[in-house]
Amino acid sequence: MQEFVEFTLGGVSDGVIYAAIGLSLVLIWRATRVLNYAQGGLAMFTSYIALIVINATGNYWLGFIVALAAGLIIGGVVERVVIRPAAGKPHLNTVIVTIGLLILVEGLAGIIYGSKNRSFPTPYSIVGAKIGSFDLGAGSSPSAIFTAISVLVAAGLLAVLFQYTSVGLRMRASAFSGTVAQLMGVRVGRMTTVGWALAGLIGALAGMLVTPQTFLYPNSMDSIFVLGFTAAVIGGLDSPVGAIVGGLILGVLLNYVTGYVGSNLPELAGLALLILVLMFRPSGLFASTATRQV
Amino acid sequence: MPASSLAVADVVAGYGSAPVLHGVSITARPATITAVLGANGAGKTTLLRTISGFVRTRSGQVRLDETSLTRLAPDHIARAGVAHVPEGQGVITELTVEENLKLGLLLRRRADRGAALEDAYRRFGILADRRRRHAATLSGGERQILVIARALLSAPRVLLLDEPSLGLAPKVVVQVMDLVRQLRDDSGLTVLLVEQNARSALSIADQGVVLNLGKVVATAPAGELAADVALRRHYLGF
Repeated sequence: MQEFVEFTLGGVSDGVIYAAIGLSLVLIWRATRVLNYAQGGLAMFTSYIALIVINATGNYWLGFIVALAAGLIIGGVVERVVIRPAAGKPHLNTVIVTIGLLILVEGLAGIIYGSKNRSFPTPYSIVGAKIGSFDLGAGSSPSAIFTAISVLVAAGLLAVLFQYTSVGLRMRASAFSGTVAQLMGVRVGRMTTVGWALAGLIGALAGMLVTPQTFLYPNSMDSIFVLGFTAAVIGGLDSPVGAIVGGLILGVLLNYVTGYVGSNLPELAGLALLILVLMFRPSGLFASTATRQV
Repeated sequence: MPASSLAVADVVAGYGSAPVLHGVSITARPATITAVLGANGAGKTTLLRTISGFVRTRSGQVRLDETSLTRLAPDHIARAGVAHVPEGQGVITELTVEENLKLGLLLRRRADRGAALEDAYRRFGILADRRRRHAATLSGGERQILVIARALLSAPRVLLLDEPSLGLAPKVVVQVMDLVRQLRDDSGLTVLLVEQNARSALSIADQGVVLNLGKVVATAPAGELAADVALRRHYLGF
């Protein structure tokens, strides 16, 4: 019982990270129908920026805010500078552009910061809670709770933005039908930039939250990206709610595999799940018009 | 705001290498309804898509009053005050009825939006009943009403209507035509109306223009066109 609770909480805590990466991929997918392979790499880069600020000022929160702001700006700039010119061209072009971007940011990070593993601070303790002698594990630590709350708050704010604001309506209209949005006077290109910028922000958040566990090095986000991508695919790639649920399912499942079966297997289990979803529900568990409303 | 005029002068436009419009000139005078008539393939829809910026003007001019719209982006033209109701489409099915209508309000002042929406629901009761439903659940006729209502909510200076009666019940067609006429009379709306059904279009239009194979073959007051038996037989089929 204790193990089960520990694995489940650990799974939720990992899952929200996959959910955040998945959510950022969904934002981009909805805005431009592009899968951004550089999304993890950009989150790695903003984490480096945060680490520099934190080391220079000794203030974690300043680094946190700078990373999110950098993610927002870099996301928007990437859309305008490298994605927009490839718009309307064959789909493979943008795929190659984003892979090239990934290689570029990982190479840049190596040149600027070196390739050694750096430890990354957490704002709160990573020691799990205990109820009497019942150990709840790392998934119950203040740091894990902070992680879960940050992602859920970010997702909630996005939901409010999309559902209840004029910018959100413009973004959704642009995503569903660029032609109709234009007919209504919406600057569709600007909405696309906003979508990428928000995705950059969510990606940067995920980087800040996961890097204390992985250490920071130029490839540190690669495996997280694959899992975040899996989360997004489970959810159907254009459903924000689907990405969150997909991330949680994946996180919990992988923790059960690690805990009950073997610690070498989670990557394999993640890929197996990805293949199963693609085989039997290629449009994802949530890709119906009913869940698209978010 | 005084009523606006829309002038298309010597426009050549089309898709790919061959133009569809070969030097078309049409003026929609302020606060009038101009019916654009002609057979399938005459270039009626292409004309509207050229005015609203979706088809590139190769030569010639499109002007809204003193402002040139030639080769502006579609969203820019919409913000200038031209609302285009495309034929048989234009509803975003993933959004609710109310969200679709709110898209029309984006160009309005914030303070005017609530009242304008309530006014639209009063006019189109069928939309009020379905405001929380997804537009995907609407019938073809209901979608057409939704798109027209949405275009009107943007308080346009010029309204481009492409086959508004397509798929609508005759009773609703009358309702829509009455509304268009009322907007012309009360709000000074300038309308360019493309219709397959020449008879009903000419019944509310002030002026009629007949297109054939991308050229204007006749421009005259609506009554004269309706009375011109030879022209009617030749181009309009009634």
